[in-house]
Amino acid sequence: MKGFINSGNKDTRSGFGAALLELGKTHPEVVALCADLTGSLKMDAFRDAYPDRFIQVGIAEANMIGMAAGLTIGGKIPFTGTFANFSTGRVYDQIRQSVAYSDKNVKICASHAGLTLGEDGATHQILEDIGLMRMLPGMTVINPCDYNQTKAATLAIADWQGPVYLRFGRPKVANFTPENQTFEIGKALQLTEGKDVTVVATGHLVWTALEAAEMLEKEGVSVEVINIHTIKPFDQEAVLKSVRKTGCIVTAEEHQRYGGLGELVAQTLVTNYLVPQELVAVNDSFGESGKPEELMIKYGLGAENIRAAIHKVIERKSK
Amino acid sequence: MTKLPIERLEAISSQVRRDILRMVHQVQSGHPGGSLGCADLLVALYFEIMEHDPSKSVQKDHFFLSNGHISPVFYSVLARSGYFGIDELSTFRKINSRLQGHPTTHEGLPGVNIASGSLGQGLSASIGTALSKSMNGETGKVFCLMGDGELQEGQVWEAAMFAPANKVKNLIAIVDVNGQQIDGPTDEVLPLLDLSKKFESFGWNVIQLENGNTIQDLIDSLRKASTLSTEGPVIILMKTKMGKGVDFMEDSHHWHGIAPSDSQLAEALSQLPETLGDYPI
Repeated sequence: MKGFINSGNKDTRSGFGAALLELGKTHPEVVALCADLTGSLKMDAFRDAYPDRFIQVGIAEANMIGMAAGLTIGGKIPFTGTFANFSTGRVYDQIRQSVAYSDKNVKICASHAGLTLGEDGATHQILEDIGLMRMLPGMTVINPCDYNQTKAATLAIADWQGPVYLRFGRPKVANFTPENQTFEIGKALQLTEGKDVTVVATGHLVWTALEAAEMLEKEGVSVEVINIHTIKPFDQEAVLKSVRKTGCIVTAEEHQRYGGLGELVAQTLVTNYLVPQELVAVNDSFGESGKPEELMIKYGLGAENIRAAIHKVIERKSK
Repeated sequence: MTKLPIERLEAISSQVRRDILRMVHQVQSGHPGGSLGCADLLVALYFEIMEHDPSKSVQKDHFFLSNGHISPVFYSVLARSGYFGIDELSTFRKINSRLQGHPTTHEGLPGVNIASGSLGQGLSASIGTALSKSMNGETGKVFCLMGDGELQEGQVWEAAMFAPANKVKNLIAIVDVNGQQIDGPTDEVLPLLDLSKKFESFGWNVIQLENGNTIQDLIDSLRKASTLSTEGPVIILMKTKMGKGVDFMEDSHHWHGIAPSDSQLAEALSQLPETLGDYPI
């Protein structure tokens, strides 16, 4: 894949679990809370190694967020774990008042984000969480793309002062970023160099964007792919630098077109340097049950969709 | 024995009640009823029970005001304890003030541990802080005040289930049982029924306090709760009179969130001796 090698499919949530275990050793102030999803969140290794610093909350997410906020007052760095839907929408007011407005150093770690949760269906497939979290003043929002990057991000947020929303997923996906990479919060990563179009992607869609870039390479189109692992603070300069060169942009995310990366990029372009943009995102609808790969195609988040968006945006640029 | 004579604590309560009324009157906004009802509790906590030092950033004991709308009593007691100057009370609810309508850490006001106002969240935060103290091997107490109407929030019961199940130590919850909420008596809006049985069945050690406006009784209950809390969580069901200390405000939900007029303020202040000096306006 255009200079990137998939070292074997792995789930991003396992990257979180591996890093949490490491933090248990390196950061005695790290505590973990989980709302009855310890296995799903891959928090069981931490629980077994550090039982005195693991809190089983039960199915009570509001209480989990509140307790996490309270734990910071005693100098702890709490990592909460549940599905993305129950980490955000269900507890929005608790995060808003007890964490964000109260400036508490809570790390909200959310698995099973987006459509790729699969068969459980729309009740569990939140596609609004990036928007919800990035609207909160002071909240850092991170959506890494693979196992290695999720592991690095988890380690990095322990040393980052302030509330963080860390979003990752359920399925095994390509693992292609460097092992033991340094994760710089707020710094976009340019993955390929291109001159015809910029593609900025986040989370699972980064690999899909690379797949699309490879297809287009064969058609003679040069694509610059940028991995936006940090939604907030947003690396505006990296995006602007790229579009000043390419003159058009496609955004790709496993999220609603409202409130997500696409909207964030559009705002950046409108207020700084306007070029044509196409959005690859879920179009104002809920998800449904199905296999992750089937859902990504049905809801327009496949490599073919990115390819089509690239053609469209290049055509708009040339008009 | 108390650190200060009971009469002295009662005198502080009188001044705190004057502060509450003057703050709310000045901006014609705020919540006097519950503030007046909890004045004696907060005075007992801050001037007798809690180990705290306003000059330090880290305290041994912690207090969480979950029902943040009674911020006037909180601000008055914090100022009168020395967390900030009493002059600042005149900025209550005004623009550019650290004394927001509901308490917050966001503006840097000393003595506040967490934002509150959206109800039902303080007990969870209190449990978290109590757990962090246990993990650190510290013995400080965590006090959490909630309103009785606030118990209608579901999160309270998530927290109420967690604390006894996990034998959370040094946690003392206090419910201001004044029987009133914005729309009327709690018995009419959504009855709480037998709170003692409810909390007992959840595993709490329950203390009934019949007169939460008597300083000596408050101190006795809080001391008993502190002793019991070394074993597990304790809750004090504290009966108070909403509007306590001002005859025409007592026991009515009307004064939940209404400010007194000029003449009502004069009438109210005439019932409350100025013992420590009013803050300047």
